[in-house]
Parts: sequence; structure tokens; C-alpha cells
Amino acid sequence: MKISYYPGCTLKTKAKNMDHPGIAALKALGVELVELPRWNCCGAVFSLADDDLLHLLAPVRDLIRVVEQGDNKLVVACSMCYNTLARANLLMQENSEKRHTINTFMEEERDYNGEVEVVHLLSFLRDEIGWEKIRESIKVPLKGLKIAPYYGCTLLRPQSVAIEPPEKRTLFKDLLETLGATVVDFPASNDCCSSYQILSNPDVGIEAVSKILESAESWGADAIVTSCPLCEYNLGKRQEDALKKHDTLKELPTFYFTQLLALALGLGAEVCKFELNYNGATRLMESKNFLTVV
Amino acid sequence: MTIEISDKTYDEEFVKKVEDISGENFHKCMQCGTCSGGCPMIEHMDIPPRRIMILTHFGLKDEVICSKTAWICATCNACSVRCPRGIELTKVMEAIRQLTLRKNINYVEPSAISEETIADLPQIALVSCFRKHTS
Ligand code: SF4
Ligand code: SF4
Repeated sequence: MKISYYPGCTLKTKAKNMDHPGIAALKALGVELVELPRWNCCGAVFSLADDDLLHLLAPVRDLIRVVEQGDNKLVVACSMCYNTLARANLLMQENSEKRHTINTFMEEERDYNGEVEVVHLLSFLRDEIGWEKIRESIKVPLKGLKIAPYYGCTLLRPQSVAIEPPEKRTLFKDLLETLGATVVDFPASNDCCSSYQILSNPDVGIEAVSKILESAESWGADAIVTSCPLCEYNLGKRQEDALKKHDTLKELPTFYFTQLLALALGLGAEVCKFELNYNGATRLMESKNFLTVV
Repeated sequence: MTIEISDKTYDEEFVKKVEDISGENFHKCMQCGTCSGGCPMIEHMDIPPRRIMILTHFGLKDEVICSKTAWICATCNACSVRCPRGIELTKVMEAIRQLTLRKNINYVEPSAISEETIADLPQIALVSCFRKHTS
């Protein structure tokens, strides 16, 4: 099976450890993620000003590229890109006035009416591949790894693009259990990591990060898993700052779900690129003997 | 804090602009405080989100515009999904920021960010920050 894939800017640069294992894992499961030709930055955040249509052009252009490919589905791994593309898509489906203005403005492009379905890679794993098939393909069960699934904001809010109902969320849990890991369902799972405030107001950001780490640690997690490169940066790399500020916190590795999937499928450290994660990611995997088995 | 509310303090143009840019009817806020209660950034704000809603309703432009609340908001949507009146507060916060940004005033100055910070940050951090905090 081939499917159109939108990597987004960060997965092509700072988050290759999310991109590569995702592509390799899907290949191992019989799916080719075909990178969209001529994709552009989606804008990372959805435009909230009612009179601002200009910032919708970027995500809509990406969706037009999907139609040009003769495809009607787009898989996105980065949560922020997913949220932005899915909301832009919804607006093109539901708001005829704005759709008309945008289509008229983009003279050089074909008209777009929301034909594409924007799907997060997590939903794709559940709906198109299925836990059963993944379970059958596991070579390195992640036995004894206690993982706290961190949804953050953009997978679950707003409701119109939530990958599942926030109060009944099971997707991350089901995936991790399929991989053989122990799920630590912690209360801060969909709290905000402070997002871009890490740049604008770093102190505010570090406090938000500290609370999430504290919650995951107190519930006994060995590590946190995310689906967003900004969450991973804040909780992972900036963890250093949180640890300096709060001596009650201890180091807690962070991973992308694509890395855990690839690891469990037996694709090894070279594909998973744990060296690009921060704070003891490789060490934790070594201590659990997940890297030597392959 | 006592705030004077009268014909003189009501800035009609400000109210209209927030209505237009946000596309939200914040006048239906019933001041229940659910938004403030679930806001992860509240301890860093000078005015809680609930209060921003009523101050905007009463057209108290200076209080709202000079508050750091909209700049501390991380657009996490926790408030919007919980508001029993269905108000998307994130859009109101965006409108409040826009009133400053559209005057060509930046909250974050891109040229002041060090090269090391730029090299360190993931692209989505820079892009989203510029989208929210620069004109
Ligand atoms: S949750 Fe909604 S109704 Fe309640 S105070 Fe906040 S904006 Fe007003
Ligand atoms: S969107 Fe902003 S105001 Fe609302 S809960 Fe999140 S940080 Fe607070």
C-alpha cells in the first residue's frame, strides 16, 4: 500500500529521529509513505483570527498537492502539522464563503473543496494497519518498559480535529500495549508543555515542563512518549533547565512513538536514532536490553 | 482591584474589533471561571482569562491590551474545550494580541534571538512563536 505523507519542516531537520523510524516501521508493515512533492511549511499553528485567510494558503496548498497526486488521504506524523492541516481542511469543507475567497485568490492552483482526509499517523496505525498486524510483526517486545503517553494539546484539541475523544482516549495506550510496554496513564498526559512559550517566555515554559515531568515520575514512568517535536524538545532537551530548577526531579528520557514502534519491529538503533534524543534515551534502551537483541 | 465602569470607560471600537477579529461572542460569558480553573499558565498571568472576558465585554481596552495574559497564553485550548458557554477563548486571546501586532509592534523581536537559540530550537517552535508573537 502507498500513501501520501507530509513530514513537515521539523521532521526533515531536527526530528529525523521521528521521521526515519516512522518511514522504516511503516515499510516493515507493508506501507510506503510517499513524501508529498513540493510540500511547504503548513505554518505550524492554525490561524485563529477570523479575518486572516492569508495564513490558510500554506496548508491548503499542501492539500492541493495531495489531490494532484491523485490521492485522497494524507498521513501526518507531527502533531502540530496534523492540527494545522486538519483544521484548514475542515474550514475548506465547512465554510463556503472563505473557501470561495481562497480558491479565487489562488488563481494558479486548482480549486480545493476539502476532498482530502487528513489523518494522524497514530490513527493510521490503528485504523489501516490494526493492532493485530502490528502485534504479529513484533520482534523485540518492549517488556518491562514503563511508558507515559503524552498527548499534549494538538492531538486532542479542539474536538473537531481530535484523533479520539479526549475523555476516552486509548490510542496511545493500545499502541504501547501492542508493543509489549507497560502503560503509565498519568494525569498530565494532555496538559500543555508551553509550546512556543519556551522561546517567548522560557521561565513560564520550564515551569510547565517541570509539572509534566513531575507527574510522569510520580506515577512511576521510565520514560515519556510523544508525537510532537516541540513537546519532545520542551520535555526532552529543555529538561536540563527543569532539573536545574527543581532538584526533586530526576532524568526522564523522552521518545517519539515512531521510535518505539521501529524498535519493537526489530529495526534497531541505527533506524531509531536514539542518539538524537536527549537525556539517557540510549542508556535506558540498553539497560532494558532492547538494543542488543537485534 | 476596583475598576470604574461608565460611558466614558467603554471603548466601543475596541469591543467591535475584538468581536470582528475573534469571530466569537464573548458577551455570553457567565463568569463561571472554568477557563481560569483549567488554564495551565494562570499563575504567570496578571489577569485570569475569566476576567479578560468581562473586561473586554465592558470595553476596558487599556486593562486588556496592557495585560500580559494574552502573551502568556500558549493557545493550548484547554479553556475553549471546557467553556460551558462554548466560547473559543483562544480566538479572543488571538484578537487581543492582533490589536497590538497589527500596529507593527512585536512581542518577540526575531533579530534579538541569538544564533545559538535559533540553531537549537526545532523549526515549529520558531514558526509558531513568530506567528503568535510577531507582526
Ligand atoms: S469558561 Fe466560558 S463562561 Fe466560564 S468564565 Fe470562562 S469564558 Fe466565561
Ligand atoms: S488557551 Fe491560553 S488561556 Fe486558554 S487555557 Fe490555554 S493558556 Fe490558558
